[in-house]
Amino acid sequence: MGSKNQTATANKSLGFRTKKYFEHNWQLWLMLLPAMLYILVFCYVPMYGIQLAFREYSFQTGITGGKWVGLKYFRQYFESPMFFSTLKNTFVISFWSIVVGFPAPIILAMIINQLRNKRWKKTVQTTVYIPYFISTVVMVSMINVMFANGSGVVGNFLKALHLVAADTNILGKESAFVPLYVLTGVWQAMGWNSIIYIAALSSVDTQLYDACKIDGANRWQTMLHIDFPAIVPTIMILLIMNMGNILNVGFDKVYLMQNSLNLGISQVISTYVYSVGVKSSQFSFGAAVGLFNTVINFFFLVVTNWISRRSTGTGLM
Amino acid sequence: MNKAIGNRKTLSDRIFGFAILALSILIFVIILYPLWFIVIASISNSNLVNLGQVKFWPKDIRFYGYQQIIEDTRIWRGYLNTLIYVLAGTALNMVVTMPAAYALSRRGFKARNKVMFYFVFTMFFSGGLVPTYMTISSLNLISTKTILIIFVAVNTYNLIIARTFIENSIPEDLYEAAILDGCSHFAYFTKVVVPLSKAVNSVLVLYYAVYHWNDYFNALVYNSKQENAPLQIVLREILLLNQAFASGNGGVQGGYGQSSADQVKYAVIIVSTLPILCVYPFVQKYFEKGVMIGAVKG
Repeated sequence: MGSKNQTATANKSLGFRTKKYFEHNWQLWLMLLPAMLYILVFCYVPMYGIQLAFREYSFQTGITGGKWVGLKYFRQYFESPMFFSTLKNTFVISFWSIVVGFPAPIILAMIINQLRNKRWKKTVQTTVYIPYFISTVVMVSMINVMFANGSGVVGNFLKALHLVAADTNILGKESAFVPLYVLTGVWQAMGWNSIIYIAALSSVDTQLYDACKIDGANRWQTMLHIDFPAIVPTIMILLIMNMGNILNVGFDKVYLMQNSLNLGISQVISTYVYSVGVKSSQFSFGAAVGLFNTVINFFFLVVTNWISRRSTGTGLM
Repeated sequence: MNKAIGNRKTLSDRIFGFAILALSILIFVIILYPLWFIVIASISNSNLVNLGQVKFWPKDIRFYGYQQIIEDTRIWRGYLNTLIYVLAGTALNMVVTMPAAYALSRRGFKARNKVMFYFVFTMFFSGGLVPTYMTISSLNLISTKTILIIFVAVNTYNLIIARTFIENSIPEDLYEAAILDGCSHFAYFTKVVVPLSKAVNSVLVLYYAVYHWNDYFNALVYNSKQENAPLQIVLREILLLNQAFASGNGGVQGGYGQSSADQVKYAVIIVSTLPILCVYPFVQKYFEKGVMIGAVKG
């Protein structure tokens, strides 16, 4: 950059250079303006509104006019039975989503990478990406249809295989909620999440494969000792990113899958914030629960980032 | 050489190859069957579907569900609203994101790290749902089409993808040459950067468009007017809240009414998902490219 400026303006006066610099920066700032303004209004102003969690909300005085009540609403949340149950549900759902959902795309990518017929490989790849584009609403209604008591095809198939007891109402049973949520999540996102691993696998040096063949390794050994180590760095980075989101269960699918029979296990923090904060207009209480969630997430992220800095030297921040 | 390696194909490799093929077929079937089932169920006699007799091929073909949809105004209004949100929303997204990404990609722009932090911070910390709702409410934007168009005008992750692309894929020499010729940032951006960013432009258009198409959360929280409801909200009413179809069903009693309602559901799923699935094969490579560009940052 320095050398560029020197060559570009070597025989021009300092005043001209300064003028030129401001001219250019003025344009850059203008190009940034819409995005920065949007972020200011829709991200930073709400952050200022967090004080709502510490105030009594009233419709006359608005967000910043209510009287300070300190930690009243946090105490109300911590002391309610919903505190433990929403926290536990959130944790259980994200825990199983990571345990089952994280390895699935890795295994899929290794399988796809081993396919020798080009056309079949392309077909499998194209097919497994499709479910990612199905909207959550459609996804959940597909679940409702496929697992409906009595007429659901997939439910009946599982019952015929004795994987599920014949008299189970899959959609209404609390213990079935998490497996259903997690496995349908794998069905939908596995293909999409495998893209990055397939890319990492395709960049493995082919000389390594030849060397392996000459050493007499079979395909299984090659996969274990060449392919897998090649994607370990990618796996680590994605694992850290996932861990940072452990208490960030997506609102959409959980909310849509909720019904009166499974609410005991399906009420997570984000859906609880919506139902108390927006639907029943307890704005201060909802803001307090939401802030609690944000702070926990932030804490997890900072910790995992710190661990990853210490152990691998790379971090997100 | 090739022959020598070919001869070494041992029994264990044959078994391995066979196992991989079998697994890939199994995955293929697991992914595809639910989609195929929806298609055949939407054109079969729904009583047979409910009895579990429709498994692999449609039976007693009828188009009752599709007829009902054609007559239902809610779905078409939802479609129209979604179309507005996708077109206007995505256009706004691009107009806001690309210039900002360009500014952040200038190595000589001294404030760029601070400005980047200004954006990235919002990925990790937010005001939360209720304060955001209150903010939008105090702007009088609740239940307007405007909020559903402008909400998430710039996504920080997409901004990073665009910035990374401009920084790495557009030669710095071009910039130096343009500046020497007295080219302004505006001119350089519109005449050089935009035409050379086709790949990242298409990736972002797709990301944003799919986001708007599939979005129901914002419409659920920030809109309560039926006339502004996007397709996904209408779908939720029909598919998940079991709201009866406007036309038809009124006089139909009992089992028949329920089973025809089921057929409508299958048809609704097809009609609402088909546009994306039709476009998908043509844009698949851009999605893959987008994941790659995004991964550079990690």
